[in-house]
Amino acid sequence: MNRAGAIAGRIAQIVPTFFLIGLVVFVLARLLPGDAVSAMLGDRATDETVQRITHQLGLDRSILSQLVAFLAQAAQGRFGESLAFRVPVASLIVERLPVTLMLTGMATLIALCLALPLAFVAAMTANRWPDILIRTVFQVGLSSPVFFVGLVLLTIFAAGLHLFPVGGYGEGFGEHLYHLFLPALTLALSFSAVIMRTLRGSILAVLRAEFVDFARAKGLSSRVILLRHVLRSAAITTVTLVGLHIGSLLGGAVITESVFAVPGVGRLMVDSIFSRDYPVIQALTLILAVLVSLTFLATDLLHGWLDPRTGV
Amino acid sequence: MKRRLSIPFLIGLTILTVLVLCALFPDLVAPYDPLAFDYTAMMVAPNAAHPFGTDQFGRDLLSRTIHAAGIDLQIALFATIGPLLIGATIGLLVGWFGGLADTLVGRLIDLVQTFPFLVLVIAIVAVLGPGLNNMYVAVALVGWVFYARLMRGEVLVQKGADYIAAARALGYSQRRLMLRHIMPNAIRPVLIYLVTDMALAILLGSSLGYLGLGAQPPTPEWGVLVADGKNFFTTAPWMSLFPGLAIVLTGLGFSLTGDGLADLMDVRR
Repeated sequence: MNRAGAIAGRIAQIVPTFFLIGLVVFVLARLLPGDAVSAMLGDRATDETVQRITHQLGLDRSILSQLVAFLAQAAQGRFGESLAFRVPVASLIVERLPVTLMLTGMATLIALCLALPLAFVAAMTANRWPDILIRTVFQVGLSSPVFFVGLVLLTIFAAGLHLFPVGGYGEGFGEHLYHLFLPALTLALSFSAVIMRTLRGSILAVLRAEFVDFARAKGLSSRVILLRHVLRSAAITTVTLVGLHIGSLLGGAVITESVFAVPGVGRLMVDSIFSRDYPVIQALTLILAVLVSLTFLATDLLHGWLDPRTGV
Repeated sequence: MKRRLSIPFLIGLTILTVLVLCALFPDLVAPYDPLAFDYTAMMVAPNAAHPFGTDQFGRDLLSRTIHAAGIDLQIALFATIGPLLIGATIGLLVGWFGGLADTLVGRLIDLVQTFPFLVLVIAIVAVLGPGLNNMYVAVALVGWVFYARLMRGEVLVQKGADYIAAARALGYSQRRLMLRHIMPNAIRPVLIYLVTDMALAILLGSSLGYLGLGAQPPTPEWGVLVADGKNFFTTAPWMSLFPGLAIVLTGLGFSLTGDGLADLMDVRR
């Protein structure tokens, strides 16, 4: 198969994926035990309100027509009205999604800055004390729940030393960066542990590979070997890892945003559960999954560019 | 390579043993009643009488942390056993029989994995309602895919092995080949993953507890205890600190044990 064809094929795969994501979210909403509308509105709702909401949500139509209507509206970005905020769900999400994207973007950058140099140090000193120290620290990081790390950083750097704000998002790009630093660092700590661990392994594998021996035998200097072979393979590993873990980063953002009172979609999701704002939960589940599948696509394409053997 | 008990593995096992003892005999280990109010000792900083300090009602935090061990170990067990049973069974069946079912299950696994794990679990908990039991259901609905993928891969490896060709030549039934020959060999890496997954389950369970979606107060659960203390984090940081450290220690115990077992049984990860 030619390369352009393979790339086009991979991009085309995204369409059925979107459809299936929509289907899962639809089925999920229909799992709601008992009468969905009464559950949403609580016991005190009048029959009239129940009927109005039932009709508004289209729950009085057949399942199939409900599904078609849901998918058609979702494809246009229409998710109905939030029950708690009384505004279109789409506008709530458009307002808050950039906050979450900025948070996860910053977290990824911080994680890479922490993990890349340390993974090299660990691999170069494999099984000697710097390696063991680095691995021990990251092992503890991997076992620490995000909300606890967040609370500890909050206590020390915000409440104790007053270096950072206790929460919120601020006004303007500079303040956003400042407000999101601690939450991003929180998210980055566990993520960098994952990157460090895998990257250390892959660097070790490259260093021990036959083609490196061959390069040495050819008389190439260690620096050339490091740059040409080790860095290239490290870049491939890192791209794959970041792509694969975008889901857990977004999941972590749900918790971090709650700890630091960051007005992103993660906090919106948790708040919506307590206010039984089902249209918002439904839309967020769908959009976050779409975001992940787009990241998978981007990862595959980038991977194909870095490593032509994969064929995409 | 020589196989031996590594130091991290022994540390992991020790942590888990202490935790299991706390979970089984909390009343013997804990110095106080975890629910007893003491208005003469409210929000006392850690001291000799209360090594972890007390909360705003004068309840002893060491005792509360010890009593929570039972719930959190229960989470580690219940939040992994469901996914294990469902996933391993599906993985075994589709790996062995292959065909259309294999393709469809493969697609389903890919699909579930496009959803951020925590987001999907939270969405299901939102539908079912907060609480531990609903959390177990949600985790089973999502988490089986990891086990199914792992089991399927192992079954495919074992299927091509010489001993299976030999057993086939002996005329053993499909059922016997699958259950008596493939399963015991394919399940080993899956069981080792189970131990590592328990560390993740503790993190997930305590996170949901912290958010108010998992264990409900007054159930003593470490995530709930951390959340209880968060409003006092400037004046009484120990209220959240010690339950949080308990989670870190438990997570560490499970992951060190899991890694140690993998090395010991020589399973590639």
